[in-house]
Amino acid sequence: MIRKQMVAMLLAGGEGKRLGELTKDLAKPAVYFGGKYRIIDFTLSNCVHSSIDTVGVLTQYQPLELNRYLGIGTPWGLDRRNGGMTILPPYMQKKGGSWYKGTANAIYQNISFIERYDPEYVLVISGDHIYKMDYSLMLQHHIDNNADLTIAGIEVSWSEASRFGLMHIDEANRIIGFEEKPKKPTSNLASMGVYIFNWKQLKDYLIEDEENKQSSNDFGKDVIPQMMKDELNLSCYKFNGYWKDVGTIDSLWEANMDLIEPAPSLDLGDPAWRIYSVNPVQPAQFVAPSATITTSLVTEGCFIEGKIHRSIVFYGVQTGESSEIYESVIMPKVKIGKDVKIYKAIIGEGAVIDDGATIGSPDQQDITVIPVGKHISANYGLLEVE
Amino acid sequence: MKVGQIMGVINLIHETDELEQLTQNRCTATVPFGARYRLIDFTLSNMVNSGINKVGVFAHKKYRSLMDHLGSGKNWDLQHRQSGLFVLPPISDDVQELSRGDLFHFYQNRDYFNRSKPEYVLITRSHMICNIDYSDVLAFHKEHNADITIVCKEEAEGLIGKARKVKVNEFGRVTAIQEGYGKLISSIYNMEMYLMKKDLLMDLVGTSLAKGQDHLVRHAIFSKIKQLKVMSYMYEGFLGCVNTIPSYYANSMKLLKPDVWKELFYKPGSIYTKVQDGAPARYTEHAKVEGSLIANGCVIEGTVRNSILFRGVHVAKGALIENSIIMQNGKVYPNSQVRYSILDKDVVIEANRDVRGAETGLFLIGKRRTV
Repeated sequence: MIRKQMVAMLLAGGEGKRLGELTKDLAKPAVYFGGKYRIIDFTLSNCVHSSIDTVGVLTQYQPLELNRYLGIGTPWGLDRRNGGMTILPPYMQKKGGSWYKGTANAIYQNISFIERYDPEYVLVISGDHIYKMDYSLMLQHHIDNNADLTIAGIEVSWSEASRFGLMHIDEANRIIGFEEKPKKPTSNLASMGVYIFNWKQLKDYLIEDEENKQSSNDFGKDVIPQMMKDELNLSCYKFNGYWKDVGTIDSLWEANMDLIEPAPSLDLGDPAWRIYSVNPVQPAQFVAPSATITTSLVTEGCFIEGKIHRSIVFYGVQTGESSEIYESVIMPKVKIGKDVKIYKAIIGEGAVIDDGATIGSPDQQDITVIPVGKHISANYGLLEVE
Repeated sequence: MKVGQIMGVINLIHETDELEQLTQNRCTATVPFGARYRLIDFTLSNMVNSGINKVGVFAHKKYRSLMDHLGSGKNWDLQHRQSGLFVLPPISDDVQELSRGDLFHFYQNRDYFNRSKPEYVLITRSHMICNIDYSDVLAFHKEHNADITIVCKEEAEGLIGKARKVKVNEFGRVTAIQEGYGKLISSIYNMEMYLMKKDLLMDLVGTSLAKGQDHLVRHAIFSKIKQLKVMSYMYEGFLGCVNTIPSYYANSMKLLKPDVWKELFYKPGSIYTKVQDGAPARYTEHAKVEGSLIANGCVIEGTVRNSILFRGVHVAKGALIENSIIMQNGKVYPNSQVRYSILDKDVVIEANRDVRGAETGLFLIGKRRTV
């Protein structure tokens, strides 16, 4: 086995409880995003663009669809003879086995996978976030600062700061304080859940943490606080691009809507940083003479009649005549009949919306979610009012 | 059909090519078509969807683009350990041999055929655009105890593009094949798809060459039409014969009919092509698109009517595209107008230009040109 400088461990076992119906049969990293992608495409593409060719994908919750999607990593160029993508589910051992108890435990259980490549560094990332980041620059920062651990950080708005692990840093970007999801935030520098560890040191910490029966075996709650306590050199790598945690219905919808802005901060079309994904076999989209599409993203295989405004339409969607769709995310292969009105909704894959149905209303605040494969009849909106 | 009974051969040798600038640097097989495909994608996909998992492509001239497009065959699921895709360029670089007929090429590759397991061979061209299940053709072939089955299509109003007509008797037996483009009164067109046993093909190749004949259809098949049972399988679906500029344009525009779009790209099988990882098409606030085919990676800020936009085309604000075909990565800058034109890949139309062809005289702009 050729030695690797850095191996990536991608945590993709998230259940994504707060995405409700969208993750009923699906791990969160496999949730659709941005017209043709799934969330995990962004981190996988980041790895490839950062010249990381060895990626362990740790799966746990509802892995069937995710496994099928990832395959042997071909769409991301990760089907390699040496390295490439390896899917790492929890497994049984002689002494028994267990689910991945926490993020740190998930890495602990795969020490032997990492050891095969004898890496200097280990990059730990999660498949839950939308961003484009060159991890090789972060590694350079890690090396330049002679750090034991580097955490990527981004400034978030104070109102949502309490959803994240927050860092306090000094002028030299050294982390002097770390709190996991505090009720009253005293910093707005959020951890992006992107870590670079020195492997030998991390391994010792993981073994120690595993022996501590009180530990929840989590990086944010246990391992990193312990490293802080031991006064290791923890450095923050500040990232100032687009980054979004799409863990809730609201944030998923917002992140989709960010893409239709005139000059989106996340450019999907950059030829130098393509987002790789499994490309469905679909012809070019058919835009009927009666169609009107404005401020939207529409994907191959769609057959569009009617009006689409400020929406994201995935592949293979059909919309009927005189239908109107506003501020919505329409996932793959949804069939929308004639005279349908959809306002501010997320329509799950394969849903069927009958002629004349109305989903949501023009002045609503909340986002309506139609589950995967759901059949919506014409009187759907009316029943809800009753 | 049992998978692996037929091996496919896509014969690009001396394929009719009147596509002018579109084939200046590429062969007919790789002419872009249908907003994201190359002509050869249709035949390849049809073969794969019919359970043919061994396909040889007889490359002949200008095949750099062909090699680039086909790669390992992975995109058509033709990258197997046991079979898959074989691109077979000419073995000899002798100019005289290059200009010889296709039978000679079959002969040169006889080892390839002899080493292959499938019992039947299907020989096709790349310019007949259709969606067909060849297992039906094989069933027909067996049922009629045919020596050779030719896939044909009846077009009462004639076919745009250059194709050979055939004469068929009341039993479906082919009695005559048009010589070159000579006179033959019939409304049945030869789709240039021939199914026969591999052993028969090898036999025809050997005996014809020995007589100094070297064209598959004209010599090996047509001259033996009385001795062999040559049957016509009538294909019912959409057919586009794309080998002239008028036929290229007319058949492209037919894709803008909903029925054709729904049939050609989906039924009975899907059409595969080389993937590109482009972003979804982006429509901005002032976009106006009507009756058009739009591929991924396009950015549309202007107006597009009755047109076909390939992947990565940018239509700037105030620009107008009408009745036109814009191939990959075309750029039309603000306030320019393009009508009745075919723009090859990477063409740039600068701001405030008026590019205008007519229905009867299309304006053709070659690859990478700037107007």
